[in-house]
Amino acid sequence: MNTWFTPRNVVVAILLVFLALVPVYSAFTGNTFLMTLFTRIVILAMAATSLNLILGYGGMVSFGHAVYLGIGGYAIGIMAQEGIGSGFIQWPVAIAASALFALAVGALSLRTRGLYFIMITLAFAQLVYYFGVGLDRYGADDGLNIYRRSQFFEPINLSNRTQFYYCCFVLLIASIYLTWRIVNSRFGMVIQGARSNDRRMQAIGFPTYRYRLTCFVIAGTICGLAGVLLANHTEFVSPAMMHWTRSGDLIVMVVLGGMASTFGPLIGAITLLVLEETLPVLIKFVATPFVGAAASRAAEYWQIVLGPLFLLVVLFARGGINGLLESLRRD
Amino acid sequence: MTDALLTIDGLAKRFGGVTASDGIDLAVSAGELHAIIGPNGAGKTTLIGQLTGEIVPDAGRIQFDGQDITALPAHQRSQRGLARSFQITSLFNDFTALDNVALAVQAHSGHSFHFWRDARSDAALRTPARETLARVGLAGRENVIVSSMSHGEHRQLEIAMALATRPRMLLLDEPMAGMGPEESVRMIALLRELKRDLTILLIEHDMDAVFALADRISVLVYGRVIASGEPAAIRANAEVRKAYLGEQESSGGHHG
Repeated sequence: MNTWFTPRNVVVAILLVFLALVPVYSAFTGNTFLMTLFTRIVILAMAATSLNLILGYGGMVSFGHAVYLGIGGYAIGIMAQEGIGSGFIQWPVAIAASALFALAVGALSLRTRGLYFIMITLAFAQLVYYFGVGLDRYGADDGLNIYRRSQFFEPINLSNRTQFYYCCFVLLIASIYLTWRIVNSRFGMVIQGARSNDRRMQAIGFPTYRYRLTCFVIAGTICGLAGVLLANHTEFVSPAMMHWTRSGDLIVMVVLGGMASTFGPLIGAITLLVLEETLPVLIKFVATPFVGAAASRAAEYWQIVLGPLFLLVVLFARGGINGLLESLRRD
Repeated sequence: MTDALLTIDGLAKRFGGVTASDGIDLAVSAGELHAIIGPNGAGKTTLIGQLTGEIVPDAGRIQFDGQDITALPAHQRSQRGLARSFQITSLFNDFTALDNVALAVQAHSGHSFHFWRDARSDAALRTPARETLARVGLAGRENVIVSSMSHGEHRQLEIAMALATRPRMLLLDEPMAGMGPEESVRMIALLRELKRDLTILLIEHDMDAVFALADRISVLVYGRVIASGEPAAIRANAEVRKAYLGEQESSGGHHG
């Protein structure tokens, strides 16, 4: 039997084809809502993919990963506000800012372990969050509108929804591919070895700190790029995009989809964000015959359904949805 | 006597009120197998920890190959050719046996800032790793995930991990811990073979193994070396017998 033809790979293939065809569907039906939703999903899947690199493969539980969305996003917003519209300047600056910040956070936090690591990454993210809240010149906690998306040369025009979507989609695929190459390379072996047994890594001669730090910076940089896309997508940045609950969302995507798996974060991002949109509608639909008008109030509590779903996956599917799909193969 | 490869001078380490190393002096000559014996709590593992760089001594000096390594971190000692095995198996449990050893090979094949090529199909890592596995008797177990291997196999893999770093000296912390009689016999045969190429510092409770293998033995009691010498001399040393060997020797029928 063909080893590629597994339930997991079939699901991934279907998802990728679906993602590739979203703009086509949207063009035919005029459904812009779906397009907007999936642009967001693709961008956040990229952020989750970058988190998976450190969380899943490296065992570094960063609870402040959304801060790079904010730094990448704010870099775009601030430059746009100050009259720098060219993407050739905006994007490299945003990416460099994310990388530098990751370097600073990583250099300090990677000297600690476990809960301390989680707390330090969270603390840095909160620091930047409140810094954003205090940025009066750039909208403080109301946020900042971006009147023009990043400018590139003709024929690239990010204001075109379809072009922008495919730009995000290609960058998502590129970051998944990059992650896959990295984790299977010599560098990736060191990262995974350090997750598994750092003490042994030192004993066999690896200075693991510098490798873990490099990995942390790569992840922050990719997430910063996702922030660049997110700011261009919403044409708006605010401190909310790096709130700690957003970091939590990214962790949920990774764990739900499957830690340390190539497509887990993508699966997790799609699952979480689609449920976020559909659960309220579903609850309203199911509850209306019983409680009438009160159903729309019930729909506000859609997270009551999402919570237990997440719990079930964590308890019974150790590799997340990806792990579940892979276990189908053995049965 | 040939030159000492490893020299320890006045090594001291205290944990709160417990003195784990109380001015240890020791010299291990190049090419010898030097065994350290001593009752539980004598400070043997603390000594290994200080030699490998995991524990920072309060005082004293460690020299390896004529250079002071007292302040070097663990990974740099490994790079200089000092390898260790762990008393409590310490492997990469979610990797295969081959992945484990290949990682040890990789640690000594230049830096690992290579982000693109697949490490698992890299012959420069895989071939030496396979050879090392075969050397410790794990040929054919290459693709088994470590967590599903037996205890005896874990002990063999421990040795393979140390060997794969192509060391000049091995620090073996109770390589026979928890092994059955048959496995022990195989391990003794393996160590006897390794002894031909490497300097070995062996910490071991199995007295049959120690007396079968050691060129010299040092006896550690309460963090002090109370005797050091050839096996016959140690066997005859009254202080050693009183402190440690007494019971074991009488049951072994060597009572004189």
